[in-house]
Amino acid sequence: MKVRFGAAALALLVVLPGCSAGSSAVVSNDPSTLTVGFAAEPQNFDFTRTDGSAIPQALLYNVYEGLVKLDPEGRIVPLLAESWTVSPDRTVYDFRLRPGVKFGNGAPFTAEDVRFSLLRVKTDWTISLKSAMNVVRQVDVVDPLHARVVLEKPSNGWLFSLTSRIGAMFSPTGVADLANTPVGTGPYQVASRRRGDSVVLRANPAYWGRKPAYTTVNLKYIKDPTALNNALLSNGIDVIATITAPDSIPQFESDNRFSVLQGTTNSEVVMAFNDARPPFDDVRVRQAVTLAVDRKALMDTAWAGRGTLIGSMVPPTDPWYEDLSAAYPFDPAKAKALLAQAGKTNLSLRMRIPNLPYAISSAQVVASQLADIGVQVSIEPLDFPAVWLKQVFTDHDFDLSIVQHVEARDITTFGKPAYYWGYDNPGVRKLLATADAGTPEEQVANMKQVAKQLSADAAADWLFLFPNVTVAKKKVTGLARNQVSESFDLTGLGSS
Amino acid sequence: MTGRILRRAAVLVLSVLVASIVVFLFMAVLPGDPAQVALGVNATPELLAKTRHEFGIDRSLVVQYFDWMGGVLHGDFGRSYVTREAIGPQLVDRLGVTLWLVGAGMLIAVVLAIPFGTFAAVWHRRFSGTAISGLSQLGVAIPAFLAGILLVQVFAVRLRWLPSGGWTPPDQDFGAFLGGLVLPALSLGLVQGAVLTRYVRSSVLDTLGQDYLRTARAKGLRPYPALLRHGLRNAAVPVVTVLGLQLTTLLVGAVVVERVFVLPGLGSMLLDSVSSRDLLTVQGIVLVLVVGALLVNFVVDLLYAVIDPKLRRSS
Repeated sequence: MKVRFGAAALALLVVLPGCSAGSSAVVSNDPSTLTVGFAAEPQNFDFTRTDGSAIPQALLYNVYEGLVKLDPEGRIVPLLAESWTVSPDRTVYDFRLRPGVKFGNGAPFTAEDVRFSLLRVKTDWTISLKSAMNVVRQVDVVDPLHARVVLEKPSNGWLFSLTSRIGAMFSPTGVADLANTPVGTGPYQVASRRRGDSVVLRANPAYWGRKPAYTTVNLKYIKDPTALNNALLSNGIDVIATITAPDSIPQFESDNRFSVLQGTTNSEVVMAFNDARPPFDDVRVRQAVTLAVDRKALMDTAWAGRGTLIGSMVPPTDPWYEDLSAAYPFDPAKAKALLAQAGKTNLSLRMRIPNLPYAISSAQVVASQLADIGVQVSIEPLDFPAVWLKQVFTDHDFDLSIVQHVEARDITTFGKPAYYWGYDNPGVRKLLATADAGTPEEQVANMKQVAKQLSADAAADWLFLFPNVTVAKKKVTGLARNQVSESFDLTGLGSS
Repeated sequence: MTGRILRRAAVLVLSVLVASIVVFLFMAVLPGDPAQVALGVNATPELLAKTRHEFGIDRSLVVQYFDWMGGVLHGDFGRSYVTREAIGPQLVDRLGVTLWLVGAGMLIAVVLAIPFGTFAAVWHRRFSGTAISGLSQLGVAIPAFLAGILLVQVFAVRLRWLPSGGWTPPDQDFGAFLGGLVLPALSLGLVQGAVLTRYVRSSVLDTLGQDYLRTARAKGLRPYPALLRHGLRNAAVPVVTVLGLQLTTLLVGAVVVERVFVLPGLGSMLLDSVSSRDLLTVQGIVLVLVVGALLVNFVVDLLYAVIDPKLRRSS
């Protein structure tokens, strides 16, 4: 009997693959459905209390909207505010709100919600970005469609941070269970989720703006780069939001089923020096190490040469971008001379990095190049994020580290002496403050100064800027080339 | 028989207790602060302290352990630090996926191994028998994840017959569920089947050499009927032992295969929770896995007695 059962089961298994052979499309053929693959999954839906990029990537601009948003070129444009004015002393912002906007739970969106949302950042949020709201003194409801924000002092950074999750609009009736039930005004609502697998977004029927091209969007989460690529190759998904294995890009470029878009991000891969401690408290040592690293060769090794060499903490999509990558050309001889001058010829350094592919391959290049100028580097990969955060970021227990800094305009971290790179320069702090308070023109001029000063001080070694490489089926249109905001913005997508 | 069951059950409970303490202590000495990971960079010391208090990780280890075990005994595994969800229902959900995978893998393994192993034993002097032995030797050498990657390349990427990964619950779309289960189950089942084939072969070969079978053959029975009537029960004892051991290795193999095929099972949940220092969740998963492995051993122990009457009498 056992044998007969076995034979039947065997027959079933042989027949099974044959059954589905006819339907080669694994992704739904429904033209109104899109499936996008991501590497990092949101742990929950509450980006007010959970750090990291995965939640706003899925929800910002798609489910939650702010008063303003960032367009793909990095400009601040209206969203729930139709327009805004700034007082001459740059401390009072008057926002005129779009009429007829409703939250997913049916509640109307008014200036009361603006007040509620902005003030709630100070009281209920726990993530680091919340500090951007500290500058707000008060929020007044002038009338239901007119909100007035008064700042303690002028701040360009504040308006910019409104384009991030910090500016997301919430309803007092929709914050009971943010971790599981997000309620926003956006074109999509969260329909369902399967942990470890996917989140399904469905078009909001009551949306105030243009109806999205896809009524259902499946966000598929696939951590393994090969599995992510296979899913696209085998029709499991339509788009890979950001390629995490650069070596695989050519196979998509040579396949006429797909289009490959390469742009930039806000994500600088930085080799941090522990500026507060010897030997990196000596500017000559920092400059020597910067001169001794061949960044082009490093980028070729670590990320298949796909990134951008920037030489500063400023990505090309910021208004004050200048190419500073030539400031420290690869020059081992000069590096050696500088070290000799500083009297630091027998250095041995601890490089403590996250155990992530880009960091490990970068570290190996750095270690071998520094060996050429007589500096010994021991590489210690640390479990990321837990151990790296504790030992390097919090306890400052390192000489060198290599980490991606993904936040927009995070050049301001060089104005915080307590930050893990321990860079302390009152001149830079003053420039940053003046830039924040001034007109847009003054801001650009001052920020350029900051970037130049940091470069002159070799405050860190900006190895390269991460590229944003998106691969999609040919039919998907409207994908943004650059990843400049926190959001993977679905609103501009279409199909051909 | 009852005494045997009771004794075994006592050992089971004791093992679970010891395992729970070991798991708990391992988690406690792991470097990295769950509150820091949850809050990310720039969290203030006050906020960190508040969050540690919220998580209950500012209490003594003994209090934390008894609090956790007390909850578990009532079916409450606590709330995840990271997802803010109750862990118990998540565990059940994820375990469901893993059980489907392991079950289907085991089924494939058994279905392959019993006929092929028996055939290889009966015809061990012929070319066909040797060929099966050789093939199974090859199968033993291939790790399940490699088999998985190869299957994906052929059936998903090249032929596009089956999905390269992902999970559809059976009650949502049964066809898609089966389609998604085939490749991962095959990559587990083929490898385990190869291992099992070798055990079945040697066990049957052993049985074939026994006097009573020679007698049966001498009385004119053909080899297969003789085996079926007189030998199968004897050949089954070592096979059941190996099957039990293999079930535990299958659980481990499933962890890797879940990664390759992006299945939301216990394995992928475990890996994610470890990296985000979601300690309560890790403790819950490991406890479930340990209990699972111990239960399998317990059942195998009892099965001996059912299959082999000699063991029943000796206890």
